[in-house]
Amino acid sequence: MPLPEDYLTYPHRSHGMDQDLYYWDPADRRAPVQLASGAKAMATIVVPLEFFPLNPPGEPFKHPGAMKTPYPDLRHFTTRDYGNRVGVYRLLRALDAAGLKATFAVNAEIARRYPPLIEAIRAAGHEIAAHGVSTAHIHHAGLSGAEELALIENTRKAFPEARTWMSPARNQSFKTMDLIRQAGFDICLDWEMDQRPPPMRTKAGPVHALPLMNELGDFKLLLDRSQSEDEWADQILEAARFHVDEHEQRGAQCFAFTLTPYAAGQPFRMHAVRRILEGLASMEGLTVATATDTVDAFSEGTT
Amino acid sequence: MTRPDPNLYDYWPYQGRPKIEWPGGKKLAFWIAPNIEYYEFDPPPNPQRQPWPRPNPDIVGYSQRDWGNRIGHWRLMDLLDKYDMRGSISLSIGLIDHHPEIIEACKERHWEFFSHGIYNTRYSYGMDEAQERAVIEDSIKSAQDATGDRIRGYLAPALTHTERTLDLIAEYDFWYSCDLFQDDQPQPLKTTTGKLVSMPYSLEVNDVITYSVQGWSPQRYTDILIRHFDQLLEEGEESGTVMCIPLHAYLVSQPHRLRVFEEALKHIAAHRDDIWITTGAEIAQHFRDTYWDQSLADISARGVATGGTGFAPA
Repeated sequence: MPLPEDYLTYPHRSHGMDQDLYYWDPADRRAPVQLASGAKAMATIVVPLEFFPLNPPGEPFKHPGAMKTPYPDLRHFTTRDYGNRVGVYRLLRALDAAGLKATFAVNAEIARRYPPLIEAIRAAGHEIAAHGVSTAHIHHAGLSGAEELALIENTRKAFPEARTWMSPARNQSFKTMDLIRQAGFDICLDWEMDQRPPPMRTKAGPVHALPLMNELGDFKLLLDRSQSEDEWADQILEAARFHVDEHEQRGAQCFAFTLTPYAAGQPFRMHAVRRILEGLASMEGLTVATATDTVDAFSEGTT
Repeated sequence: MTRPDPNLYDYWPYQGRPKIEWPGGKKLAFWIAPNIEYYEFDPPPNPQRQPWPRPNPDIVGYSQRDWGNRIGHWRLMDLLDKYDMRGSISLSIGLIDHHPEIIEACKERHWEFFSHGIYNTRYSYGMDEAQERAVIEDSIKSAQDATGDRIRGYLAPALTHTERTLDLIAEYDFWYSCDLFQDDQPQPLKTTTGKLVSMPYSLEVNDVITYSVQGWSPQRYTDILIRHFDQLLEEGEESGTVMCIPLHAYLVSQPHRLRVFEEALKHIAAHRDDIWITTGAEIAQHFRDTYWDQSLADISARGVATGGTGFAPA
């Protein structure tokens, strides 16, 4: 039995993208952007604060940080929780020492459970972004519109002022972008197709996609790929330097990377965190800023 | 019915905690926990976990672990002697019957013993309360008969638990649990009875994780131990921290690893004036006697304590 006939028909086969969320805009066919600040490149630090329940539903897949052994997996529950009670305070202190502001992407469930943590982040002047309900609430195309709307409304209630959205596990349905814009979010950390924060089209208006580079993710490099702390730090600093150096050719560009408290906030990794933060803070031509400040700087940029 | 949150402890932000000072004004309590385990040749199945990666008998896995007891343990013991450090042994209680020579040698050195279940191939999954009590009572009695001492610490076999594990060990007057990994300082646990401390043990710098799961080289493990120690010692200035190195002789005593590992011990031993080199039970006792109430008061003052006890929210 061969495949059906329409398997060899290609309805979106034409110039540009095969979806309407954004348009094709190759790097060498567009005018370089210059930022008002004179910065050649910008970097954004994203600190995810996630709640990992003992009994995750695993729908439509298990979150990469979710429980691994049979219930009750106290081992992974407490290993993740370490980040929210110990690791994150080390990161806050290191950010303060380097004089940098970050974007903390927070599950609504974390805000509900740990108000003192939210107060500490606000008091230090960092941005708080909405990161969905929890790692057990992944947005996906199998949800009904009403179900997904409820997830976004519950998250919005926890973060009434947030402009920036990051989906749990950075997963979306086909409707997510419309729904988050309708809920008032105009910056999203799920998409990384560009090296600027391009506006994406939704039914309710534009949402800017700030590129959070999964290839620089601390969980991925340090835990999945078992790279060393020095290798990890070198790659983040090289990414920043690369964009400063490419400015002459391509204009201002930006990127974001994660500092995950239960991974980066381990005692033996803090030397690398400090090296990254000090290296970025002192890098000529680079500005480290929150997601909103980065997107606003590019929106106000000139060509 | 499962629960999203164990509710075994309350949220306690690391920032601004009241100061802990270890005996003698020391900043960091350092302990080493060699796991001395017995893995069975032909263990019975557990419905939720296979005992060995391969079907029984798993020859390489079994014989490497036996190598740890026949060869590796003695090398590691010599090394700890050299640095005048005592081990706190995470013991498969069944090993008392199989290898009393190891128990005698550790006892001569005044090492501490705590229970790591009967065998590391018998899991808690699926046990009813009577079965779990039988394991705990067996642990207490077998260790007492062999060493004359009452064990005070617990690490569930192969880190397998039920919802009642911590309530039960608290009820049997254990002082500390190594089963939770949420902190670098001890914390009171919310058990229905008793006075059970959550003791920082560590998976992150546990040799099973670093050598076997992460696949790190001997030198990298040493570098990590040194950096871990330096950071926790620095933080211990503000309030005393705990660092544990959990070890398995079948891994760390390998001929290509032990002398590289020694460099980490040498670094730590060079800071003797600042650190309390001790055992799990001694840390637990000091915390229970000196800091239990202070910790509970500070946790309560943070305003986010949830009440209730483990797996039984208020």
